[in-house]
Amino acid sequence: MRLLKLVPDDTNIQFLKWRMPFYVVSVLLIIASWAVVFTNGLNYGVDFAGGQEIRATFTQEEEAPVEELRDTVGALGYGDPVVQRFGAPNEVSIRVKLPDEVVGDPGAAEEISRQIIGAIETGHPDVRIDGVDTVSGKVSGEFRTTALEALIFAMIAISIYIWVRFEWQFGVGALFALFHDVSLTMGMFALFQMEFSLQIIAAILAIIGYSLNDTIVVYDRIRENLKKYRKMPIPELLDLSVNETLARTVMTSLTLLVALLPLLLFGPASLFGLTAAITLGIFVGTYSSVYMAAPILIWLGVSSNSFVPQESVTDVQEKKARGEA
Amino acid sequence: MLDFPTWKKNFLWAIVLIAAFAALPSIANVANVKWPEALPSQTVNLGLDLAGGSHILLEADQSQVAQQRLENMEESVRQALDDAEIGFGDVSTSDGRLSVTLDDPSQLDAAREVITPYMNGTSIISEWNLEFLDGNRMVLTQTEAGLENAVTTAMDSATDVVRRRIDSLGTREPTIIRQGDDRIVVQVPGLSDPEELKDLLGQTAQLEFKLLDTQASPTQIESGIARPGSELVPGAPGGDYAGQVIAVKRLGGVRGDSLTDATQTFDPQTNEPAVSITFDSDGTQRFARLTTENVNQQFAIILDGEVLSAPVIREPILSGTSQISGGFTVREATQLAISLGSGALPVDLTVIEERTVGPDLGAASIKSGTIAMGVGSMLVILLMIAAYGRFGIYATAALVINVLMILGIMAALSTTLTLPGIAGFVLTIGAAVDANVLINERIREERKKGRRVVTAVENGYREASRAIYDANVTNFIAGVLLFLFGSGPVRGFAVVLIIGLFTSVFTAVVLTRMWVAGWLRKARPTDLNL
Repeated sequence: MRLLKLVPDDTNIQFLKWRMPFYVVSVLLIIASWAVVFTNGLNYGVDFAGGQEIRATFTQEEEAPVEELRDTVGALGYGDPVVQRFGAPNEVSIRVKLPDEVVGDPGAAEEISRQIIGAIETGHPDVRIDGVDTVSGKVSGEFRTTALEALIFAMIAISIYIWVRFEWQFGVGALFALFHDVSLTMGMFALFQMEFSLQIIAAILAIIGYSLNDTIVVYDRIRENLKKYRKMPIPELLDLSVNETLARTVMTSLTLLVALLPLLLFGPASLFGLTAAITLGIFVGTYSSVYMAAPILIWLGVSSNSFVPQESVTDVQEKKARGEA
Repeated sequence: MLDFPTWKKNFLWAIVLIAAFAALPSIANVANVKWPEALPSQTVNLGLDLAGGSHILLEADQSQVAQQRLENMEESVRQALDDAEIGFGDVSTSDGRLSVTLDDPSQLDAAREVITPYMNGTSIISEWNLEFLDGNRMVLTQTEAGLENAVTTAMDSATDVVRRRIDSLGTREPTIIRQGDDRIVVQVPGLSDPEELKDLLGQTAQLEFKLLDTQASPTQIESGIARPGSELVPGAPGGDYAGQVIAVKRLGGVRGDSLTDATQTFDPQTNEPAVSITFDSDGTQRFARLTTENVNQQFAIILDGEVLSAPVIREPILSGTSQISGGFTVREATQLAISLGSGALPVDLTVIEERTVGPDLGAASIKSGTIAMGVGSMLVILLMIAAYGRFGIYATAALVINVLMILGIMAALSTTLTLPGIAGFVLTIGAAVDANVLINERIREERKKGRRVVTAVENGYREASRAIYDANVTNFIAGVLLFLFGSGPVRGFAVVLIIGLFTSVFTAVVLTRMWVAGWLRKARPTDLNL
């Protein structure tokens, strides 16, 4: 039986030759992402904006009366609701953001939920309320803070770990690659105004973890090759390392994709955002490992001396210190 | 590296079998197969987003506790000064401070003596600060520690009251946990319409009986200014004084915190729904004294700061029973009876977060999630076998065991599987084979360099282990942060990821190595189809 080989043996793509244009593009993409996040804003879900998301099934109807619901709920005077089909044609999700003037009132969100459900039930006795998420302004504010903290801590903690396991240049490279992944994912959510919820934060943290897998595999090989080929020019060595691990990179991205695709296509509707974010992150993360994490090592001055035995490095430092003093 | 003594093999298989066996009850549960009762039947808990149910986060108003304490202190101080025959004039409770002006400055020391016992209560910390100002004024302020203490006590008793009220609804297996300083989490599985529950928890049920201030003139009441010593209370909607405001005497009433019984009845005269209450012995005495001393006067029955009714005391009530009416529906009366019977909440509780999922939605999520997971697994398996042949089959076997082990460990640790947890499973399935991909690709490389089969396999496992180890640690860091900062369902995602990291290393690295080693020893291949 002949086995499937996604990447032919002896593949030698000169990735690093194009590092400048790709770097410029990457940095521009990061800037563009943040520009979109700040101008368009993120479409916060109830977790972060406060308010309510109500899922309902109209058991006696073919199709949910989306337009009518928009009017009914809008008439309550709490701003324009987002009414979307959710799963089957007779199922909807109704999202209403907490009006600014009641953000400080802890009981307001709950009271508004009651009114909305009451209004829907009055017009449609056949309605079945499948789910209610109500978040007050206080709780949503706390969610925003902890989400931001989690992202920042995760990036820093992981970079420190890479620094300890490899060298400081690798830590910086990993941090930069992670920042790239997080920026682009958030930019994408801002651009397409997809609902940004706690689940998306979970997805971004998962992306941080898995994007790092690729980076670590490449870095591990770079370290190995730095020890092995002490005379090889760095760009060439980086290219060699990326090419040697390319078969693995492609295969793993593919297994992740085929595992996630069914969940994306016919999984529960409430997991769509999370799955979409992770799927997007697989592409972004694979790209950043090759084009962000690796080339940055050239600028940060990684050389085969970066991995000489630890004693001689301290010796050199001590000598320097004595010389200066 | 490829040496596996028999004891080690047996040990590894024992781990696999135990974990897989622990997973079986959960699988039987989802597949609707009856699990024999004689066997251990610990299953994975399903989160409310999958099983259906209601999650409610309640927050107490801390400022209320401070206000309540201040009022109690005022009553104690007045009583103590009266008993000691120390004359005083102006008493005010503004800005969270109680200030009392004594008629005779020379009695300050005597006043301090009679007040001190009330200041520290039963605790060792100092709960109040006492200052003297302007020669004849005493000012009492609450200390931070004292207030904190009071809030803790109030929350403990609020949690008990919440538990009693939920139990009275007869719902099964509610979880009630205090969270932080001033919050209570209530989780009720299987509850799809939490309106009744929220109504019940939203009712403080603070019942008070206070004498009417008959000297207050209608103009005073209209202007909204209460005479010294009295306060204005609005009438309850539906009650006798709906839309009106009446003046009652602030002190000297009886509170209904100490009831032994409250049941829904009907008023014998009007046939309206009402609630009959029974005081405990202490309450009975105080209620008897109030009614004996004030025959032919009107007293207001106040529930949560609203006047329900204001009957005239015809004769002393010595039995300790009373009846409350106020235009209730039967449902309202029943609910009030439950609230009163379970005790008043020491503070108002507000619902600040609610997550309710109906049972149908949860079941649909499990179904489509499981199907998606199955299809995804099949695709991963096909890909692995197509790419790595025999080594792909080992990876597949490892993957199946991996899923069983995650389920088994989750069941054994009683962790909760949530909807995002299903996504965590799918992600773990896609990522767990990464270790096999790394190892197999490395073996390919080593073979290309012309190494012998056994050496290539040994090098493959050894060289790939470093990257596998580092990658798992970083994922672990991300997972732990997600667990620490995440809330509710998102935590379920982190739980699956974290457990999956450990089981993946075990199955994808350790188990496959054992199988490959066994095959190498038996077949002694000179070439690998890889």
